[in-house]
Amino acid sequence: MSAIRVRGLRKAYGGVAAVDGVDLDIAVGEVFALLGPNGAGKSTTVEILEGHRKRDAGEVEVLGGDPGRASAAWRGRIGIVLQSATDAAELTVREAVRHFAGYYPDPRDPDEVIELVGLTGKAGARAGRLSGGQRRRLDVALGIIGRPELVFLDEPTTGFDPEARRQFWSLIRLLAGEGTTILLTTHYLDEAEALADRVAVIAGGRIVAEGSPKTLGGRATAEATVRWVGADGPQVRRTADPQNLIVELSRHEELAELTVARPTLEDVYLDLIGERA
Amino acid sequence: MSTVAIGAARGRLELREFFRRKEAVVFTFSLPAFILVLLGSVFSGDMVDAGVSMSQLFTASMVGAGILSTSFITLGVGVATDREDGTLKRLRGTPMPAAAYFLGKLVLVAVASLAEVALLLAVGVLLFDVELPTDPARWLTFAWVFALGVVSCSLLGIAASGLAKSSRSAPAVMNLPYIGLQFISGVFINPIVALPAAMVGVASFFPLKWICQGMRSVFLPDGATALEMAGAWEHGLTALVLGAWCVVGLALCLATFRWTNK
Ligand SMILES: Nc1ncnc2c1ncn2[C@@H]1O[C@H](COP(=O)(O)OP(=O)(O)O)[C@@H](O)[C@H]1O
Ligand SMILES: [Mg+2]
Repeated sequence: MSAIRVRGLRKAYGGVAAVDGVDLDIAVGEVFALLGPNGAGKSTTVEILEGHRKRDAGEVEVLGGDPGRASAAWRGRIGIVLQSATDAAELTVREAVRHFAGYYPDPRDPDEVIELVGLTGKAGARAGRLSGGQRRRLDVALGIIGRPELVFLDEPTTGFDPEARRQFWSLIRLLAGEGTTILLTTHYLDEAEALADRVAVIAGGRIVAEGSPKTLGGRATAEATVRWVGADGPQVRRTADPQNLIVELSRHEELAELTVARPTLEDVYLDLIGERA
Repeated sequence: MSTVAIGAARGRLELREFFRRKEAVVFTFSLPAFILVLLGSVFSGDMVDAGVSMSQLFTASMVGAGILSTSFITLGVGVATDREDGTLKRLRGTPMPAAAYFLGKLVLVAVASLAEVALLLAVGVLLFDVELPTDPARWLTFAWVFALGVVSCSLLGIAASGLAKSSRSAPAVMNLPYIGLQFISGVFINPIVALPAAMVGVASFFPLKWICQGMRSVFLPDGATALEMAGAWEHGLTALVLGAWCVVGLALCLATFRWTNK
């Protein structure tokens, strides 16, 4: 069953296309990453799916409904983690989370959610006095307090230090483990690789590749680069079948410092978004 | 939860946020009282006609200006801020009914405005020998002038919030008409008959003049009608003008309200 189904989604700003014919299928329970550079159209796509922006064209179905005509009941089933909100600055973390719990028919326990995002020590602190990373965790708490079936996260870890990012990743895995469908956008490769069941690479408003992080862009089947130091010095050979090559070579000589490399996700990604000549 | 229950919860939350915000408490809430203390003291002891002192005249008029501050300024700045800091965007992504947001603002404005009136009257009673009326009819007048004034100015504030490009510019955008109107509506300059008739003529198109006149009719003796342009309290006309602004304000809100800056 699909949680999100998008066909031919288009959106232009002042005649310039920001999203230019996007198709997406995201299954229930899946963690899906929309990966792309700045300006690729990630936020525009996600905000249309959240019901925050209007689309110019295309079919969009999110949890069986059209986000452009969202009902309160539909909104109660999704969770949106905002990217740069500074609201509720005068409220404490606990006040804010408790208040938002009151909007939903079957909310999670506010104190448990605060614990889950690691803000228990800051529960009595005003939201406006939190550090950047703590503030984003409050945004996550407010996004998941309603026990959503589907959570949207738009570049959730931008500006995090590595430690905060790891903590955040385990939180996402925890939600995914509970069966929550997750759509996240990121311009960090390692984030998509670490979290997503499936990745779509978006550039210039179009999906340029889609697949699991392992198979993305034909990565698993691409030619491997085999390097070794033989009798005549360092050697490099490209092949689709490195195993055979190595067996063949090792009959004749000692293969010192042997390495076999597939293109990294980064190589594939940079090719896809056209950042490499 | 019902819309009313959520609206009430939002009202409590809004009040908490308002009174924790320094600039709101200082500029929106305390400033009218501060100005009343200054103006009332400068002219203390001056008597105008009809056994009314200047400070009493200032007190009654400032009650009108005070509720304009706690309604128009509070919402003009507050909604612009909500639009910019993500409050409205966040709410739009929850099942909260849109009406609950406005209900919450109404609770905020009603409570803050009543507290404002209480503060101004306390200043008047303690410093300027203002006597609170005992006649229930006068408090009835207070109730409807207050209600019509708060509702019309709140709606106008919400509509005006869209004029501000950002929450930073919002206080300037809101204060310009507020301060201007206070000069020509008989707040800073009293009695209103001291103003050029043309100026008051302009002020008569806006709510503040009528709110202040209504408040003077509550807190000043009847003889003070001599200090009004028309020589009368003009309750019917007051209700008409304020009621019309409620309708216009609502129409403007419905036509212009946006959940985001985009
Ligand atoms: N509200 C807007 N008005 C005009 N142009 C916009 C607006 N939002 C986004 N854009 C443009 O659309 C393109 C895609 O933006 P966005 O969806 O924010 O990309 P991303 O989130 O991937 O960085 C960019 O070129 C951006 O400048
Ligand atoms: Mg973005």
